[in-house]
Amino acid sequence: MAGADGDDSLYPIAVLIDELRNEDVQLRLNSIKKLSTIALALGVERTRTELLPFLTDTIYDEDEVLLALAEQLGNFTMLVGGPEYVHCLLPPLESLATVEETVVRDKAVESLRKISQEHSPVDLEVHFEPLVKRLASGDWFTSRTSACGLFSVCYPRVSSTVKAEIRQHFRTLCSDDTPMVRRAAASKLGEFAKVLELEYVKSDIISLFTALASDEQDSVRLLAVEACVSIATLLPQEDLETLVMPTLRQAAEDKSWRVRYMVADKFSELQKAVGPEITKNDLVPAFQNLLKDCEAEVRAAAANKVKEFCENLPEDNREQIIMTHILPCVKELVSDTNQHVKSALASVIMGLSTILGKDNTIEHLLPLFLAQLKDECPEVRLNIISNLDCVNEVIGIRQLSQSLLPAIVELAEDAKWRVRLAIIEYMPLLAGQLGVEFFDEKLNTLCMAWLIDHVYAIREAATCNLMKLVEKFGAEWAQNTIVPKVLGMANDPNYLHRMTTLFCINALSKACGQEITTKQMLPVVLKMSNDQVANVRFNVAKSLQKIGPILDSNALQTEVKPVLEKLASDTDMDVKYFAQEAISVPPSHSSLFTPLAAVILEPQSPQRTTTFSPSVRWKVLAADGATSC
Amino acid sequence: MSAISASEKVDGFTRKSMRKAQKQRKSQGSSQYRTHTAPVELSPLPQLKDAPSTEQQELFTQKLQQCCMLFDFLDSVTDLKSKEIKRATLNELVDYVSTNRGVLVEPAYPEITNMICTNIFRILPPSENPDFDPEEDEPTLEAAWPHIQLVYEFLLRFLENPDFQPSIAKRYIDQKFVLQLLELFDSEDPRERDFLKTILHRIYGKFLGLRAFIRKQINNIFLRFIYETEHFNGVAELLEILGSIINGFALPLKAEHKQFLMKVLIPLHTAKGLALFHAQLAYCVVQFLEKDPTLTEPVIRGLLKFWPKTCSQKEVMFLGEIEEILDVIEPTQFKKIQEPLFKQISKCVTNPHFQVAERALYFWNNEYILSLIEENIDKILPIMFGSLYRISKEHWNPTIVALVYNVLKTLMEMNCTLFDELTDSNTRFPVVFLLSKGKMSLKC
Repeated sequence: MAGADGDDSLYPIAVLIDELRNEDVQLRLNSIKKLSTIALALGVERTRTELLPFLTDTIYDEDEVLLALAEQLGNFTMLVGGPEYVHCLLPPLESLATVEETVVRDKAVESLRKISQEHSPVDLEVHFEPLVKRLASGDWFTSRTSACGLFSVCYPRVSSTVKAEIRQHFRTLCSDDTPMVRRAAASKLGEFAKVLELEYVKSDIISLFTALASDEQDSVRLLAVEACVSIATLLPQEDLETLVMPTLRQAAEDKSWRVRYMVADKFSELQKAVGPEITKNDLVPAFQNLLKDCEAEVRAAAANKVKEFCENLPEDNREQIIMTHILPCVKELVSDTNQHVKSALASVIMGLSTILGKDNTIEHLLPLFLAQLKDECPEVRLNIISNLDCVNEVIGIRQLSQSLLPAIVELAEDAKWRVRLAIIEYMPLLAGQLGVEFFDEKLNTLCMAWLIDHVYAIREAATCNLMKLVEKFGAEWAQNTIVPKVLGMANDPNYLHRMTTLFCINALSKACGQEITTKQMLPVVLKMSNDQVANVRFNVAKSLQKIGPILDSNALQTEVKPVLEKLASDTDMDVKYFAQEAISVPPSHSSLFTPLAAVILEPQSPQRTTTFSPSVRWKVLAADGATSC
Repeated sequence: MSAISASEKVDGFTRKSMRKAQKQRKSQGSSQYRTHTAPVELSPLPQLKDAPSTEQQELFTQKLQQCCMLFDFLDSVTDLKSKEIKRATLNELVDYVSTNRGVLVEPAYPEITNMICTNIFRILPPSENPDFDPEEDEPTLEAAWPHIQLVYEFLLRFLENPDFQPSIAKRYIDQKFVLQLLELFDSEDPRERDFLKTILHRIYGKFLGLRAFIRKQINNIFLRFIYETEHFNGVAELLEILGSIINGFALPLKAEHKQFLMKVLIPLHTAKGLALFHAQLAYCVVQFLEKDPTLTEPVIRGLLKFWPKTCSQKEVMFLGEIEEILDVIEPTQFKKIQEPLFKQISKCVTNPHFQVAERALYFWNNEYILSLIEENIDKILPIMFGSLYRISKEHWNPTIVALVYNVLKTLMEMNCTLFDELTDSNTRFPVVFLLSKGKMSLKC
């Protein structure tokens, strides 16, 4: 096929086509990914008559190649000559829809769904629907599972006789004897129901739904729960009680925890689908049971839904339902034996305060919040703290501050650095809600202590936290409380702490403004250019580059320039490199530095990265004792 | 921050092992006990052996019914007396069905199976450790094992009793029973899976009508494991049963069985946790090939298709399986797959992971494989030569280099002329280079 006519312009294409047959998978893969280029060069006629048959024959390739092929073919309509010819893409996709590997098959089905839209109604019946039928009655389960995903795309656009056939095929697959196919059918049940006429939803879908929901395999039953949401949305309210509710009740009490978990997980959707009356009579007790389930997995899933469920209760007696039915269960969950359950609850419980209002929150919820703030599991405490804003709106955070503080302090000193990191991230929020006085009094020391944490990620987050605090409390506050402490660390014997000073200056200079930066920070930075540790010195160069734009030109010329020039002739090559970098690319101040261009030395190592070279590391150890992070 | 010990400061990972250790101590789960109503206290019944023979049957039934009461084993202090009574009763029942003749009368069957179903059939609890790694982590043990073990024991004795009649039992030990039994193979508790294995094997042996069904369901479990969940604890046990089932297949093999080999057993090789069941899987594959040698080519092509690309540990397993297959291969079949197979082996010997290279080179220690290679040396040597030659100079591991010299020597002895031709065309260095290492003699 390739280059048979000897046309030179087709040479690159001939190469690609040859690569389609290459022994090396990677080359075949590359070629498949450029399939549209090949098709474009061949033209629509030869794509249809030569390329597609060739591709249909290569279906026995590596799955990776097949996946790429399945994806490409979904976008091929124009390349085979537009909607009129789109059906010639069906044979290769049909074979791909029968392979074993799930990802390939799913991709083929996805592409088939896509091109089904490009079929005319006639083509759909002549070409597409027969393909669906062939797949649906295939020998091996793979083709039947693929068929399940195709019914809903062709059903709306075919004649009523064909529709009847499609419904029949779907029915057959719902009672297939391999569970894989039943699972596929169950997972598409909701989607299929949506395209069916209401009368058939009632006559066909309901019986299939009931059957799948009482399948012998729990993996099938749990998928029926998902379908339940779509089906309930489609049916008029008066039919729900008889057609859907018996099955849903049964699912909520299924003997398999996986099914109950699914019910809990889909609870909000189910609630919306069945409406307020059924929610009041049926779902409230069902939800109570799920909150008290014997498996922690189910309780956790239900606990996650507490806020949403309460929010969506009918407003007329929402408060009463929550107070008498839900809250008692929630109280028990606060002291659950499983930490995932408690932590799931902690992530939503604060949301109840907006629903219940000030008085109820103080009387009933506050004790729960406080209990969770003292929980042994840090994740629970963290989840409470991260949602403080909900309570703040209702009762103000002061009510909590007495318990909040010990909880924060404890989390701030947790042995796991990820916990410390998480609490740092909430500091700006807490600071905003607690106010500057409270902050100065209780939390400021914590924020400063993180700057000398032994984990770099914490020091980095602490720096960023300071910046956010300054943005919140203003430059004056910074000048009085933070800057002196930060600058004080410049004389610390540990070089890591000295570097932290530089990192803080990088972060704070913009928020603090020119005055503070020039008068207080710059002298410290400049002084550190004489540090004995090379790492500190090259970070001085980097800092100068960062704060440059904030300084005035006088300071730049008279103070910064000489220091950078000195660093540019440092004995350490990393220091030299970063000093030159700072001189050559001073952000947005290039005009001031143009005279310096003459000073630029030949870069010795153009590809330097900022990671420590072994030589730098060695220097640090020699100068400072072994304090690595 | 004083609460953090120095060791934790240095290494955050110590915490993980500590957490794990804490977890493993209380790693017991059970979902057997799920009723909200508290169990009724049991009162001991008279011993079966003391009862007059006319009343024995009635007492046997009563005891079976008594054993249907379930207890909460996660709470180790409740119902101690009743738990002990049930344990003693179960022991007595086990003893009763294994030593006495004539106790399995027809009315006893439904009572027996009811007791068994009530006790063992349960939905397995969610795994305590969501990322449970069977190779690394300790399994969660079934808390109710003191009772469940005896019920399994009883079931086994029941099936093995000389009076046991499958024709009566098949009304109770039916497809539904088997299906529930198969689901239990997912249990994390290895003791439970071991019992299940023996029991399913007995059922397969005694109930001819269930055989096809059992095979089909195992099929489904495997396919789900491969393509959907990648999680099932009992794959090794099921494969072990299949090993003996395959052994008994009649010839010629049915299409269904061949399909099982190609569409289920071969794709099982792609599983992440292959190490857990590879021995059993390879055994099954070899059983098939011993039955029907014509399957060799598709099987080896299948393995080559799924050959591991990044996991060296799995690659070593694949090589092991290939050697097992080559041990039983017929020379005519060998000819059919030698080229693709040795292309792969040639890649393996150049693998920078020395265990992979070493495993591949060990093929040359196998007398039968050597004879196959010798017979086809003109095909195999050109495939292998380039890699072997390169690795003899480049591999970082001295053991591998030494092995390669031996292999090269063996190959040279098989066809000296071809070897010289390849040496000339492959490299500027003549064979003398190899000789200079003192590993080879000039004579061949």
